[in-house]
Amino acid sequence: MEDMKEMILEYVIEEYCDEENDDVTFDTPLISGGIVDSFSMVSLKRFLENKYKISIPDADATPEAFDTVNKIEVLVKKFQ
Amino acid sequence: MSNIGSYEKRLENFDWSIAEKELDYTPGGNINIGWYCSDRICEMGKANKPALIWEGLGGIEKQYTFNDLRVKSNTIASYLKDLGIKNEDRVCLFMDKIPELYIGFVGILKLGAVAQPLFSAFGDESLHVRLDNAQTTAIITQRKHVSKVRKILDQMPYVKHIILVDYDGNKPLKEREISFNMDEAVPVEDFKSFPTKAESPSVLHYTSGTTGQPKGVKHVHYSLISQYLTTKWVLDLQENDIYWCTADPGWVTGTSYGIIGPWSLGITQCVLDTGFSAESWYKFIEKRKITMWYSAPTAIRSLMKAGNEIIKQYDLSSLRHLASVGEPLNAEAVIWSEKVFGKAFLDTYWQTETGSMMLTNYPDMKIKPGSMGKPFPGITATILDTKTFEPVNEVGKPGLIGFKPDWPAMMRTYWRNEETYQKKFENGWYLPGDRAYIDKEGYYWFIGRDDDVINTGGHLVSPFEVESALLEHEAVAESAVVAKPDEVNMEVVKAFVTLKPGFEADDDMELKIMNFIRKKLSPLAMPQEIEFRDSLPKTRSGKIMRRVLHAQEWGEEIGDISTLEDD
Repeated sequence: MEDMKEMILEYVIEEYCDEENDDVTFDTPLISGGIVDSFSMVSLKRFLENKYKISIPDADATPEAFDTVNKIEVLVKKFQ
Repeated sequence: MSNIGSYEKRLENFDWSIAEKELDYTPGGNINIGWYCSDRICEMGKANKPALIWEGLGGIEKQYTFNDLRVKSNTIASYLKDLGIKNEDRVCLFMDKIPELYIGFVGILKLGAVAQPLFSAFGDESLHVRLDNAQTTAIITQRKHVSKVRKILDQMPYVKHIILVDYDGNKPLKEREISFNMDEAVPVEDFKSFPTKAESPSVLHYTSGTTGQPKGVKHVHYSLISQYLTTKWVLDLQENDIYWCTADPGWVTGTSYGIIGPWSLGITQCVLDTGFSAESWYKFIEKRKITMWYSAPTAIRSLMKAGNEIIKQYDLSSLRHLASVGEPLNAEAVIWSEKVFGKAFLDTYWQTETGSMMLTNYPDMKIKPGSMGKPFPGITATILDTKTFEPVNEVGKPGLIGFKPDWPAMMRTYWRNEETYQKKFENGWYLPGDRAYIDKEGYYWFIGRDDDVINTGGHLVSPFEVESALLEHEAVAESAVVAKPDEVNMEVVKAFVTLKPGFEADDDMELKIMNFIRKKLSPLAMPQEIEFRDSLPKTRSGKIMRRVLHAQEWGEEIGDISTLEDD
């Protein structure tokens, strides 16, 4: 499943970071670290749903569940 | 005993001179907010009292006493002065909630320059229109945000300096960039604050309207008078309080009540510079022993959503007083907070233009959950007829909120836009743009906005600004943007879009457009939903009828559609 994590990480860096702020890893806090805010989380959720053909219920799309790439992978697998 | 004591008694013979006297301000004399927030507190014998306790990601902590605040703000003011920045020049603060933002704000005011804080999540276009309007001389920022400045630098010849507060030397500085490290700079012990007067400009905050570009709300140093007194009487800050205002100083709450109010009273405040999570917030309250907490309905509803079980894991017994701002606080949230924290969040109503609280609930006044409360002493408020703009003088009758514009923190104009400023008044009343009614006990109750501006999570988003940005996307032919109801944020942005021939309306296109707006404007302005249509409702003259789409979203009557174009 490394591919999935790599894919998500690449997307996060591409969309939410810039050249001065691209040292994100699988464990970097995205939401609590202020890289992805609660409004932007909607677009990240939409990306995951489109990419992996899943539907993540709003109740599961919590800041905690989206906080790292590792956690996001767990969330995606739950709904695959 | 609360600071305000009896609200009713405070109404008798109220005069703003109460605050002037407490601040030792003589009308006509000097009044400099920066000096009041730092030097004066030290002169009062509180030099060693903590002014700022800051916590960043991973529990990194920094503490600054009022003497540190005095010296470091001197250092920043002196540095800016040496760069040639003068009084009334605009200096933009474009940073996360780091100490340099708070202390830099004080330093800019000491210099007599105008502080222009901008929300660090703004995209390059949002940044550009605001800097262009202000003709900003310098931008103080961080490495992580400087790329957005670089993108638009060619279009901003008036920007002379871009000051990086966290430059690490790894990559070369670019055009007009300089490095300034606040904690390593040679401390400036003495700096004579600029002798600003009551009407000298102090802060420039930007706010969005239904049409046109964002407006720069000009505040003056005299705003301190009502910011000081409302902080004292409504937030009830007392000598030993540990205060936490969760607002970002990119918005007005973060400066009026996240810097000026508490520090002019010599109060210790804490700042948590991490993203939101219920766990991290509760942990912060427990660890810092927060006593007074000023937050926003969106955050409160998010905490409600996280459930009550998590609260039991933390000792939140230090909390003694809670208040809320940004959008109307629903009754359920007030009742919930009373149940779980043993204290109700007191709703406070005001806006960027008013600079300080207008209608609020008070520590010792009966709370009616869901109500905006009553006018602050010294504020003349009413409900106006929507057509005649005369006071309705009738219990329960809805109308427009109106204020007599005579309190100290009222904006003085919209920066380089006096014409729009004048349109905010009718019959001598300032119209904040909200509808409400008054009940038989004099409490105000919010009904809704009187325009199309979207209030999302307490921040105003202009549908016009988003629609204009949408049209810059290669696939978009037409756009209409309205508010959509949302459980947590009250409203979110929804866009209706028609596409140009050759582009396909699918999930990927929706995501592409969302990200386009997020980067160009800000995450707040990003449509949370995009509905693709073959056509948009228009008048016969071709104007898109946004209100038809708004009514559909809210399940309301569409109203008069006689001018609607036939399909």
